[in-house]
Amino acid sequence: MSSLAYDLPYLRQLEAESIHIFREVAAEFERPCLLFSGGKDSIVMLRLAEKAFWPARLPFPVMHVDTGHNFPEVLEFRDRRLAEAGARLVVASVQQAIDDGTVVEETGPRASRNRLQTRTLLDGISEHRFDALFGGARRDEEKARAKERVFSFRDEFGQWDPKNQRPELWNLYNGRLNQDEHIRVFPISNWTELDIWQYIKSEQIEIPSVYYAHEREVFERDGMLLSTSPFISLIEGETPFVESVRYRTVGDMSCTGAVESSAETIDAVIAEVSATRITERGATRADDRVSEAAMEDRKKEGYF
Amino acid sequence: MEMLRFATAGSVDDGKSTLIGRLLYDTKTIFQDQLEAVERASVQMGTEYTNLALLTDGLRAEREQGITIDVAYRYFSTPKRKFIIADTPGHTQYTRNMVTGASTADLAIVLIDARKGVLEQSRRHAFLASLLRIPHLVLAVNKMDLVDYDEGRFEEVKEEFRAFAMKLDIADLTFIPVSALHGDNVVTRSDNTPWYDGSPLLHHLEEVHIASDRNLIDPRFPVQYVIRPQSDEHHDYRGYAGSIAGGVMRPGDNVVVLPSGFGSTIKSIDTFDGPVEEAFAPMAVTVRLSDEIDISRGDMLCRPNNQSTSSQDIDAMVCWMSERSDLVAGSRLMIKHTTRSAKVIVKHLAYQLDINSLSRVEDATELKLNEIGRVTLRSQIPLFFDEYRRNRVTGSFVLIDEASGHTVGAGMILGESD
Repeated sequence: MSSLAYDLPYLRQLEAESIHIFREVAAEFERPCLLFSGGKDSIVMLRLAEKAFWPARLPFPVMHVDTGHNFPEVLEFRDRRLAEAGARLVVASVQQAIDDGTVVEETGPRASRNRLQTRTLLDGISEHRFDALFGGARRDEEKARAKERVFSFRDEFGQWDPKNQRPELWNLYNGRLNQDEHIRVFPISNWTELDIWQYIKSEQIEIPSVYYAHEREVFERDGMLLSTSPFISLIEGETPFVESVRYRTVGDMSCTGAVESSAETIDAVIAEVSATRITERGATRADDRVSEAAMEDRKKEGYF
Repeated sequence: MEMLRFATAGSVDDGKSTLIGRLLYDTKTIFQDQLEAVERASVQMGTEYTNLALLTDGLRAEREQGITIDVAYRYFSTPKRKFIIADTPGHTQYTRNMVTGASTADLAIVLIDARKGVLEQSRRHAFLASLLRIPHLVLAVNKMDLVDYDEGRFEEVKEEFRAFAMKLDIADLTFIPVSALHGDNVVTRSDNTPWYDGSPLLHHLEEVHIASDRNLIDPRFPVQYVIRPQSDEHHDYRGYAGSIAGGVMRPGDNVVVLPSGFGSTIKSIDTFDGPVEEAFAPMAVTVRLSDEIDISRGDMLCRPNNQSTSSQDIDAMVCWMSERSDLVAGSRLMIKHTTRSAKVIVKHLAYQLDINSLSRVEDATELKLNEIGRVTLRSQIPLFFDEYRRNRVTGSFVLIDEASGHTVGAGMILGESD
């Protein structure tokens, strides 16, 4: 940093904005919670939260909405990283909800637990009486998200009303809640996929190995490469093969696609991300392909 | 690499979406799948050409009604700068949306149709940009292809706008003749306008000098959160976390704490990455002081010889944003200013500003949705502020309706009320 120019490089500006948001929520809410999936965005979020409260530990717990369809590498990473941060983990389990009969699992080869996450998430929120949930959504990800506020309100049903959002000006965030409402807070709203990767590089942040190129048995479905796993059954005509791939997003194994890649280092990943012509959700998320407004519809129901 | 936040104002008719689409497309920011999705949607809606507005109009209601409801944020970067666009709709709720988008912008682009000249809407947009004190304003005179790239027409529009802009407080005004549709002077210099010796738009966005726009003179540190680890390792640690709102602060500096008025010295300025030798806006840091003083969220650290105004009585320009209620003398509201929240009463509505004529409506008795006026507020506790023109962070506030929790107004402080 040049001390003469008083210019803050853009990653530091984004970082400062995010830290400001974390602190604002910790100061104004009774029971915040950080959503953590083990994906790169939530890993960056965890680091930003550590920075916001250092040398104190996080003044809130971390919640993982666990579909039960995890990459083993990611689960291992989650436990290790949270222990290192000294953070308290709360797991909201979709499998548990299925076993309890709260939700009914979809059937068939295209069955996904994606929609079931919403109910599990909302149940987790009311069980722990969380009033503010930090999420790692970014506005560049998806067009419904491009219009979402940093402080995004949910009514007593956990639903988002895009036409009734509070104006958000300067760095002043209005966190006033009514009974049974809660907010979702998106501290990295203004970051892009590339910013996240640049930050991971400059901060030397460890991420799960599936983000780097590795050999994996995959098959092709709807133009995406899905990993073979106990959680997904093949449809006739789908043939598994081994490919060098990496993941751009990490979610439920049954609906997150891999991309062909030989990028084994962070620099190689950044080079690939810079050159790509497809958005990360477009390339890798079957859940967004349902319709033009798939994300908006799920968000209205209470999705992340 | 620096970051530039800019707001765009104008309607689809002015070619605003086309201009943004052009910037994104030519900087290779639009992705293949996004373009294909927009093309599919355009065909479905029966439009003849690919409607780039669909890139930003992401909500179902917007697509169905063919209107832009809300501010959309878009991102692109060049090797020189990262850009954040706050794309504000031209028609629906233009004031509320533009004020929102403009509040964080370093620069605003106002589009004008070269054939139509400076319309009422262009004047409104320029006025709001000056009210929100966006340091740089670019007037993009668009559709130059439809006036045969005529220098005379460009000069006419320029003069017309300049005459109006005289009444406004605009620090830096730039005119660029463009054709968003054909790409003239958007990313590259156009051969069609040999008479134009300025920069193409993108070059201007990359080069405009924004470093001196921040306040580096008046040290201001609103305390946001008190950090007390209470761990063995950091047993006696007590740090004041917050974002620098102005000036430069260094260890060793004498400070005064508002409202208590106690003085102390900065012992260290801490971050996760280690202590820093100096801190300036918008850095988020943790300040430790040499003395044990009672300090909590909402307090403000300043220099003893350079303090913000501390007062319960404030004059401000307010933009009203609620469709459910009006602002009147006697309205009781919540204010959020820096990290302080308090109850306020509207003591007086001095006038409403007609943003088309810039004239004052002195006998106004209320401010309705999207109206702007000068008010006097009385706060339950003192606020620590500066004039908005001097500091956009310590000079701005929002008004909140206590019952509904909604943000109903945005304010820019003029000063302490007599």
